[in-house]
Amino acid sequence: MTPEPPVVVAGVTRRFGATLALDDVSLTVHPGELVGLLGPNGAGKTTLLSLVEGLRRPDSGTVRLFGLDPRDPAARVRLGTTPQETGLPPNLRVHEVVDFVGAHYPDPVPTAELLATFGLSELARRQTGGMSGGQKRRLAVALAMVGRPDLVLLDEPTTGLDVDARHVLWDALRAFHGAGTTVVVTSNYLEEIEALAERVVVVDGGRVLADAPLGEVLGRVALRRMTVAVPTGSVDSLLALDGVVGHESDAVSGRLVLLCADADAAVRGLVRSEVPFTDLEVRSASLEEAFLALTSEVSG
Amino acid sequence: MTIVAPSTGVRPAGGSRPSPVALALVHFRYQFLETVRVPMAVLGTMLFPALALLFFVVPQKEVSGDPVIAAAATAQLAVFAVMSTSVFTYGIGVAEDRALPFDPYLRTLPTGPGPRLAGRVLNGTAFSLLGLVPPLLVAVLLTEASAPAWRVAVGIALVMAAGVPFLLIGLTVGYLLSSKAAVAMAQVIVFPLAFAGGLFVPPDTFRGWLDTISTLLPSRAARDLVVPVVTGGAIPSSALPVLIAWTVLFAALTAYAYRRDEGRRFR
Repeated sequence: MTPEPPVVVAGVTRRFGATLALDDVSLTVHPGELVGLLGPNGAGKTTLLSLVEGLRRPDSGTVRLFGLDPRDPAARVRLGTTPQETGLPPNLRVHEVVDFVGAHYPDPVPTAELLATFGLSELARRQTGGMSGGQKRRLAVALAMVGRPDLVLLDEPTTGLDVDARHVLWDALRAFHGAGTTVVVTSNYLEEIEALAERVVVVDGGRVLADAPLGEVLGRVALRRMTVAVPTGSVDSLLALDGVVGHESDAVSGRLVLLCADADAAVRGLVRSEVPFTDLEVRSASLEEAFLALTSEVSG
Repeated sequence: MTIVAPSTGVRPAGGSRPSPVALALVHFRYQFLETVRVPMAVLGTMLFPALALLFFVVPQKEVSGDPVIAAAATAQLAVFAVMSTSVFTYGIGVAEDRALPFDPYLRTLPTGPGPRLAGRVLNGTAFSLLGLVPPLLVAVLLTEASAPAWRVAVGIALVMAAGVPFLLIGLTVGYLLSSKAAVAMAQVIVFPLAFAGGLFVPPDTFRGWLDTISTLLPSRAARDLVVPVVTGGAIPSSALPVLIAWTVLFAALTAYAYRRDEGRRFR
């Protein structure tokens, strides 16, 4: 018997009033995968997760959690999610929140063991309202793990954390994944997806723009932005250079901006072309610029 | 820091989900803890009826010195205690829950919304019962109030039963309004209902028109039901139909408000 895939989303469309949050999205997550959902704010990541968590239903299409409707509580026994850090009941103590959530599952991780795993043992008797942001975030992720889930959904687990706290959480997620848990993590930081995911799904405007192994997506999104002043007549020849995937004109200086998958090749080509250029500048493209390039690639 | 994941291992064969009843008790337990951790909120609603008794009833010898009149005054304030606890804990509690992101998180746990609501009703009932303790103590210790034990017991049961429409009023407020608006609305509802319902001033002093309005209020109906049971008088025929009418009305409004909220947040 092949195990049911943790997540199957098929042809799902979801609107909020006039806004099209998800537009015919299909996505299957297989057991043991560590999937990063990457996209800018408002891309549809959170809506997609809320459908898989059973919080909302799709307008059309189907969502299955381990082969069941996620709105059926029985389907969610094998699911772990995180509350937003601002959502923890401020008057309850840390161990009480863990006990409370654990009471919903058939075989919860003992509270002391879970708190030790996330380095929260000393805070067990503290009220959650008195914790720092990083501590709350660790508790939130710990809550996702209390029911020994087979699938964990994490919505921007480390947004706003400092570097140390972020690495502690990443280590925890990798440890759980290593123990067999399927993980889906959303982020709008490329760095976070790079550190965690094996498979990357890029979402923007409610659609899946790319779904590929990490390395491949990195090659497509990790663009360089090369800005240069050249005579107007030679622009077209530069667009054909090796490594150039898109272009625009700089809003302030009016210089030509080339988005490059391989900036080194593009610079070599630029020099060889003997176009009289000035003011050359190369820097990393932002994720938004990379998304724009991906979008135009898909539509064009 | 090193992190070792607890083994997810093989699920024990007999591992079944906790029953809804067990979960309702779990929700009750933690809601109770959340409520008592804010002592001012608890003490405020719990002590007000006892203070009213202390300041307005105890000093008046013609009231506090008469076993029957003092018992009636205590019963009135007991109705007020249950009414205000219900409207405040349900109205504000539900509105605050809806505002917290913890609420949608709880919806991702493997249970429906039932245990949470059941836990809330248990919590409100527990605080209503606790709220009866201070006024009863004041009555016993500082007034001549007296009534047969069985009448007091039936009276307490009736006060709780008559609290159902107020529970529903509270839930309607909680599901319709934001938490700030719910606090204001709860006050706007509780105090006029208490005055016009004859919970502070005995209704026999009301003039004709006020008495007519008063008779149609759930607070007056609850009072008219409870006071005669404790003091041994006759229950006015209007009391039960009025109370049932309010219960039906607010059961429908609660259902409407709940569906409206579900439709907005979880459709």
